[in-house]
Amino acid sequence: MDFKNEVISLLAEICQDDVVKENPDIDLFDAGLLDSFGTVELLVQIEERFDILVPITEFDRDVWNTPNNIAIQLADMK
Amino acid sequence: MTPYGSFTFFIILAVLLAPTIILGLQGKRFHNYNMFVTVIALALIFSSSLYQAIALCLFTIWQVVLIKSYIAYRKKANRDHIFYLAVFLSILPLILSKVMPYFSTLNLIGFLGISYLTFKGTQLIMETRDGLIKSNPPLTRLLYFILFFPTISSGPIDRFRRFEKELKLEISAEQYKLLLYEGLNKIFLGFLYKYIIGFSINHFFISQLRFIAHSEFQNHLYYMYSYSLYLFFDFAGYSAFAIGVSYIMGIKSPENFNKPFLSRNIKDFWNRWHMSLSFWFRDYVYMRFVFWMTKKKWIKNRNLLSNLGYILLFLLMGVWHGLALQYIIYGAYHALLMVAYNYFERFNKKHKWWPQNKVTHVVAIIITFHVICFGFYIFSGQLFHKGA
Repeated sequence: MDFKNEVISLLAEICQDDVVKENPDIDLFDAGLLDSFGTVELLVQIEERFDILVPITEFDRDVWNTPNNIAIQLADMK
Repeated sequence: MTPYGSFTFFIILAVLLAPTIILGLQGKRFHNYNMFVTVIALALIFSSSLYQAIALCLFTIWQVVLIKSYIAYRKKANRDHIFYLAVFLSILPLILSKVMPYFSTLNLIGFLGISYLTFKGTQLIMETRDGLIKSNPPLTRLLYFILFFPTISSGPIDRFRRFEKELKLEISAEQYKLLLYEGLNKIFLGFLYKYIIGFSINHFFISQLRFIAHSEFQNHLYYMYSYSLYLFFDFAGYSAFAIGVSYIMGIKSPENFNKPFLSRNIKDFWNRWHMSLSFWFRDYVYMRFVFWMTKKKWIKNRNLLSNLGYILLFLLMGVWHGLALQYIIYGAYHALLMVAYNYFERFNKKHKWWPQNKVTHVVAIIITFHVICFGFYIFSGQLFHKGA
């Protein structure tokens, strides 16, 4: 599985919704799939699984808003 | 002189910012001149009280020395207890200014804006710890960020990295024209909100309540709704002035309000009301607390952890407003609402009890509105001052 798909399936786990796989351009915050708590869980998992440390204030909701965008941001930080 | 408090202030501002506007419209850099304006404006704002002026200077030196030393330290090492110490020292002046009045009649530490400036210092320490601020920023830039006069008295609370990015940006004449237009628009919206609507609510309704209301209960009920509206128009008006002036100076200060009375629920409300403050608490208190607890695996129950985070956030926010009983209860009230909403959200996810459609959306806005107004009623202190 490539990196992007790994990120998206992690998001599907955290949001507990497969819609992120069907529509990877969905705005996670507008759709109510991700909130502050979910974001923290995501950041902890990103560190554990991919060994990428994303500081909390680096996670800007205007940029890290969709599954695709999150995957792009993470790929940049790898 | 109170910022945006009198006509004189606006006239002085217009004179001081005239060169800024001329430079901006020619597409020239103006930040050096704006720093000079900031010094003049601060002198005017704090001219009425020597104590406050001295307190502001001492506070600024304290924060700058602390931030610079921590950045220098962080390049070499990253110990936990040094970080906690640095955070504690950065909020120490604020703590003292809140506690001192209970012990002495003279408050030598407090000054206009200390509550807001503290957020700027503390975030710099935290972002340095996160490795987001690596190099020691030039002293003038750091001072300009902390003391940026349009937002000095009550925010909006800006973020250093955002502010710095905009400071480095080249603004063309065309772009500046748009900034100026938006800035002026916001300032006039501020006049409408603060000096026409807010003033009218207070002058024609709140101060006349004893003639309008027929009973004690009616008095409190009318007060609750009119005070809530007044608070919004007054503070949103002030924010519009602060943001508008920032725009004219080439800095897009963050927004503070986004139609808060149209919130669908309490969580939504905190994404719309006093946003720069609630986002600060979200990013630097709630999320950090949850992150830390999750990593250390001290609290495994997700709901308990989330609720504890909310309780911590809102009690802190309450105390931040002041140590008076009404603020602490206000914080506790919102903590309780967030916990209750958390339960409701989970219940609803499972049972689909509250459907999503236009009717429920409107009903949700109406319920939320009343719940929020009751919160402001607590905040106003009327509940605790009988016969006021």
